[in-house]
Amino acid sequence: MSNLTVPAPSAEKKESKIGAIWRAISVPVLAVVTGLIVGAIVILVSGENPISAYGALFTGSFGSPAAYVEGFSIWFSSGQTGALVRAFYPLTESLVIATPYIFAGLAVAVGFRCGLFNIGAEGQFFIGALCSAFVGYSLRGLPMIVHLPLAILAGALGGALWGAIPGYLKAKFGAHEVVNTIMMNWIAFRLSDWLLKGPMKASGFRPVTPNIAASAELPRFFPDPIRFNLGFFLALLAAYLLYWFLFKTTLGFEIRSVGANPDAAKYAGMNIIRNFVLVMVISGALAGLAGAAQVLGVDHWVGQGFSAGYGFDAIALALLGHSHPAGVVLAALLFGFLRGGATNMQSIARIPIDIISIIQGMVIIFIAAPAIIRGLYRLRGAKDDDEAVLTRGWGK
Amino acid sequence: MTHVLELRGITKRFPGVLANDNISITLREGKILALLGENGAGKSTLMNVLYGLYQPDEGQILVRGKEVQIHGPNDAIAQGIGMVHQHFMLVPVMTVTENVMLGVEPTKHGVFLDQEKVAKRIREISDEYGLEVDPDAYVGDLPVGIQQRVEIIKVLYRHADILILDEPTAVLTPQEVEGLFKIIHTLINAGKSIIFITHKLKEVLAVADDISVLRLGKMVGSADPKQATTESLAALMVGREVALTVEKEAAKAGEAVLVVKDLFVRDEREHLTVQGVSFEVRESETLGIAGVQGNGQTELVYALTGLLQAEAGEIHLTGESIKQATPRRILERGVAHIPEDRQRHGLILSFPIYDNMMLCTYYKEPFAKGVSLQQKAIFENAERLTEQYDVRTPNIYVHAGTLSGGNQQKVIVAREFSRPIKLLIASQPTRGLDVGSIEYIHSQIVKKRDEGAGVLLVSSELDEILALSDRIAVMYKGQIMAILDAKDATKEQLGLLMAGIHPTAEIRN
Repeated sequence: MSNLTVPAPSAEKKESKIGAIWRAISVPVLAVVTGLIVGAIVILVSGENPISAYGALFTGSFGSPAAYVEGFSIWFSSGQTGALVRAFYPLTESLVIATPYIFAGLAVAVGFRCGLFNIGAEGQFFIGALCSAFVGYSLRGLPMIVHLPLAILAGALGGALWGAIPGYLKAKFGAHEVVNTIMMNWIAFRLSDWLLKGPMKASGFRPVTPNIAASAELPRFFPDPIRFNLGFFLALLAAYLLYWFLFKTTLGFEIRSVGANPDAAKYAGMNIIRNFVLVMVISGALAGLAGAAQVLGVDHWVGQGFSAGYGFDAIALALLGHSHPAGVVLAALLFGFLRGGATNMQSIARIPIDIISIIQGMVIIFIAAPAIIRGLYRLRGAKDDDEAVLTRGWGK
Repeated sequence: MTHVLELRGITKRFPGVLANDNISITLREGKILALLGENGAGKSTLMNVLYGLYQPDEGQILVRGKEVQIHGPNDAIAQGIGMVHQHFMLVPVMTVTENVMLGVEPTKHGVFLDQEKVAKRIREISDEYGLEVDPDAYVGDLPVGIQQRVEIIKVLYRHADILILDEPTAVLTPQEVEGLFKIIHTLINAGKSIIFITHKLKEVLAVADDISVLRLGKMVGSADPKQATTESLAALMVGREVALTVEKEAAKAGEAVLVVKDLFVRDEREHLTVQGVSFEVRESETLGIAGVQGNGQTELVYALTGLLQAEAGEIHLTGESIKQATPRRILERGVAHIPEDRQRHGLILSFPIYDNMMLCTYYKEPFAKGVSLQQKAIFENAERLTEQYDVRTPNIYVHAGTLSGGNQQKVIVAREFSRPIKLLIASQPTRGLDVGSIEYIHSQIVKKRDEGAGVLLVSSELDEILALSDRIAVMYKGQIMAILDAKDATKEQLGLLMAGIHPTAEIRN
């Protein structure tokens, strides 16, 4: 064929790529929009004004434009940064909330890619946090360049171990990972209760660990009270690395093949069992990193009820993000902004924080039952795409 | 002459596709109309329009001369139209009676199911048409041929007198096909009218009173079965002359590539389905394994390709034992495998074509350097293979699931043939494919044999076995009944062996 025909196929490819991206994101985007609409109706029914409620939600999650203007003008005129910091506080706080969400969402997403349903992200999160905290407070006098990576690694390894156990049980005995990861959650909760009241308890009345050493803290970039820290960038880096691993390496190709069609993967000579264990280890490590980021970057100690259900919300994030790292990051940012703005909405517009849970719940329902969204907005179905994401293995 | 059913100028558009373009057919009362066409010709769309699953964009449906609107299967049933689907819509854990009454459950006193009444009616229908179905049997226990009769009973129970049979012979053995043809004639004698959808030419000539041929959504002609030949129908259906017989030279068989001795295999349900099978496949030779589906062929192939571990016996591939080997080890020894179930084993439907084109060699150069996938090489490979193997697709980036069955099979053939192979294991390589694709895939298999590969062909289509094989082994209940030279084998002889009867024993008795 002549060179003249070359541009045509590439243009066609580009177009089909845009089409493919729209097909992939149309349902999640419309699910979020619909979730917000349903939320607005609920607010309306309960006798409040949804516009002012969402206005408060917006300024609570992104900051108010007026505060930004004021902050900058004071900074320019007097060099004082206090007002500017206050203006940026809501936005940075939303990103702080999004950080563990990104890690945990990636953890569940990588499982889905291999056809595994890791419900144990919550337990892995706890174990990761405890391991990081232990390394963080028990080692003293190390330089940050050694201590911080060690503490992060401890979190990843703790989570990986907690994920590896159900992975191994599935590989060796065919025990279903859903059941085993739920069991592992309960073991993690009770283990952490014991540790916090016993071996890891700080001196004093409350069942919490000691504060970690400053050398194990993830560095913060701005003065207090802004808690925004390096963890957010580590989460983005993890998302990129996971994307590269899943889509650009042979190992990722195997994982996706096993997830999409285990019979064909076996036919192609892939070791399914080994992939199951590998993915549970990676998944656990990511969930553990979520815990590590929260301890080392934000709280600096671990107490009872330390996780706000990050591991469970992570399932919704993975579904919302179509188990794609970029999608998970976007979904985690959305949840971060919703959660970040909720407090402001409660105090300004007197709308209870629970409305956020309703919106999140609606979004999850719409994601789990895309037929509702497709019917509502007259979208054409894309069967293959759905099949690619969801887990298999029920009833096998 | 009365037209019991008439479709006039039916047009059905899907976005980007004209599935039915101004199609008109007529069904005469008490006759069999064969609707012939390749996969994707628009047969199913047309029947779904008739059955109310799609609404036509243009055109009319006339039942007994009166125009009717059909908005769903219930309307169709009310008009006396019943459909027997290619994939049976039966619940295996329920009895025949329960399956038949599903959806139209008669009750006693408003709440209690009246199974006895249904069972009685089934017996009546069964006797009237010679169907021989036991209403109390569990559907899951019945052979495929009988399950099909349950589907027919379901339709008759709902008082249909126009029956649509969608590819009814695709899943049947030669004997079961004959049984079905008998039933069809009984139905016709009882005044029913039948539309028979198929792409098998010989069957059309055997049963049809009228033939309508579709191609690419258009009605391309009608034929009189008394005058038509398989060649003329094939040409009409495909749009060009088609070679129905495969040209091949005599085998120049060399060294043994695959030697199987006393092989025993258990299936996933722990049934011993292969019981002491021995044979060998030599270079430049095709060994055909004939047999009715479900006589151990599937498990035999699984054991040879590493998908199932053999229970006992020996498998040697070019001198090395592969009984314990993994699929990858076997693949790397030069085995290509066209799997029986292309959508289960052969392809990842949700992956693009380019990934499916390197599914078995993704970890090797040029597709990978270390762990890093080489996208450029992957794309080039897919572009080259789609071109070389004539895969009809808009581009290599679409999901394999969007291709037609024939093109999906071509993707598998392209991939498996693109690496150097010593042994080709082809299991039901043309099942469900259209004439054009069958012709192509057969020629590729013969080419591989001529290049020196040993070929193990497993097929339940006797025509295919006879066309391609140099030697033929017949499997029955997990054992090989006999291995014949293809030159001496006849269809009758093979048919008897497939039913477990030794022709010689027959004579001795």
